[in-house]
Amino acid sequence: MTDLLAFAADIAAGRIRIVDLTQTLAPEAPVIVLPPELGQSAPFRLETISRYDHRGPAWYWNNFSMGEHTGTHFDAPIHWISGRDLPDNAVDTIPPQRFIAPAVVIDCAARATGDFLLSVADLTAWEAAHGRIPAQSWCLLRTDWSKRDPIAYANLQADGAHTPGPSGEAVRFLVEQRDVLGFGTETIGTDAGQAHSFNPPFPAHFHMHGSGRYGLQCLTNLDRLPATGAVLVAAPLKIRGGSGSPLRVIALVPGA
Amino acid sequence: MSGKRNPLRRTRLPAPLSPVRSRTAHGLTAAAAEGRFQLQRCGDCGQVCYPPRDACPHCLSADLAFHDMPPGGRVIAETTIRIPGEVHVRERAPWRIGSVRLDCGPMAVAHLHGAVRQGDAVRMALLLDRFGAPALAALPLNHATLEDRQMQDFTCNPTSRRVLVTDARTPVGQAMVRALHEAGAALVFAGVADPWKPFEGHAALRAQAEIVPLDVTDSRSVAELAATLGARVDILVNTAEHTRPGGVLHAPLTEARQAMETRALGLMRLAQGFGPILRARGADEAGAACAFVSLFSAHALMPWPDYGAHAAAEAAALSLSRSLRAELAPGGIRVLHVFAGPTETEWYQTVPPPKLAPSAIARATVAALRGGGEDVYVGDIAEDLRARLAANPKALERELGQS
Repeated sequence: MTDLLAFAADIAAGRIRIVDLTQTLAPEAPVIVLPPELGQSAPFRLETISRYDHRGPAWYWNNFSMGEHTGTHFDAPIHWISGRDLPDNAVDTIPPQRFIAPAVVIDCAARATGDFLLSVADLTAWEAAHGRIPAQSWCLLRTDWSKRDPIAYANLQADGAHTPGPSGEAVRFLVEQRDVLGFGTETIGTDAGQAHSFNPPFPAHFHMHGSGRYGLQCLTNLDRLPATGAVLVAAPLKIRGGSGSPLRVIALVPGA
Repeated sequence: MSGKRNPLRRTRLPAPLSPVRSRTAHGLTAAAAEGRFQLQRCGDCGQVCYPPRDACPHCLSADLAFHDMPPGGRVIAETTIRIPGEVHVRERAPWRIGSVRLDCGPMAVAHLHGAVRQGDAVRMALLLDRFGAPALAALPLNHATLEDRQMQDFTCNPTSRRVLVTDARTPVGQAMVRALHEAGAALVFAGVADPWKPFEGHAALRAQAEIVPLDVTDSRSVAELAATLGARVDILVNTAEHTRPGGVLHAPLTEARQAMETRALGLMRLAQGFGPILRARGADEAGAACAFVSLFSAHALMPWPDYGAHAAAEAAALSLSRSLRAELAPGGIRVLHVFAGPTETEWYQTVPPPKLAPSAIARATVAALRGGGEDVYVGDIAEDLRARLAANPKALERELGQS
């Protein structure tokens, strides 16, 4: 039987390293931009209830508000129309077992311009070096875009955002050939900034969620993960029927 | 005006005038608020009377309604008060006043513009003083502006003052920055939310203003900016807007909430951040903070159901601003409301003309700051709405519902 106490001891002793892959929630952080006549996801906001003052002399606390898809967040299959009829497709019904899974990191940081698209060839080249992407693991795209300032991070041009993401073929390869658990990015969406013009539009959303897979976006610190061998803990809030949720994403990495 | 201050000197406090007005006398307040010259005329004998009364001094009739009057008059006598009894006026002495024979009949004591002399024909104006009370002023016939030492006490001229425009992303916000810059503002701070979102007009804005981070929907953003430069803002012009079509039945609640966040709570955040500093600096020799300006859709006064959710947010913001007016008045801070109809902007794209150019709203705001009123209606739609509201609010409600 697995010795969980030994596991905890390894964490306490640093034999298992914990890497926080989460952005700090702050009002000024960029969020998804859609044409203004469409519904908008709310940015993070904080209102202080009291701070050791007349509103509550000995305590400090806040109310916060935000969209399900603000900050580092989890996308459930119900988020997309292609996944709307799947079983266990919302954050409250996804089996919690799925919230802990291994991750592979595809490092494209050196090539990740605003129009970079992860291709099937990139994935097979990665596998030639690191082995086959294991089934039911997270596939994370490292671009180092999380290190950019907000303007360069959002990279909004007159024709929309230019941010790196996967091609439709790469997404289908990951789902159909490799059976991944989900796809994760450092950018605002799992899809490329220009993916609205792809066929189908937003393939990472369409194919991943259409086949019951998940998304993680606005990740950070992917440069501190090994190509293989990390385990992610990514448990969204239990929002009834929720399409996604902000969350703390933690990676467990072997060795000090 | 907008100089540096001597740190060894205590900042002067506003010394409010505290005239007690009868309810009837607020007829003058109402006229002055909109820049009109109105006095009471007896419905029975036709005599005009001043100051306001509850019974006609000629025939004792109680039928004394306020009407627009010809503004002419002639100064019969003038005097200079060298040691006034009121603290506020004492600080501004010497102060010239005069008796004016009004063309419409009565004699009145009025504040005299510096260019007016005994015997001169004058144009009379009802102006609000810095504390919101109406006052009669005698102005030279040929005057274009109220630029004058004494008359400055009734205006909030942006020339040489430092002004914060809260949202400079919008066409109206950018027109406002331009108008204030051209009016000779010492410095214009241009608030920009989400600096990671590019916007048109950014380069022109940078040439005319100092861009500052400000998001009225974010309490921390407002509090930080107020802490950083609140003491350098003499006039705040709130241009933040959230205009969306849609009535009550089908407007998205997320958008209605955003409208309330931007307009009502946004105004409250600005008031809580900048209001106390403005109020404390109402008599500051280094700049004299003087005005908190908000732009409103005229439908804040009566909703247009096609934009029903938007109108509700405008009305909520207006209600807050009216309370704010009472709270800032003791500091000598004028709360100026600028009402406008639909504008030539993207959110009124399919609305037929007449529509207002953003520059017209900006020009009207600058003119209002240089005048003596506190409620300004810009353009035909807003003027028309105001008149219909005064005449028959129920008719206006029905008519807007059928338009």
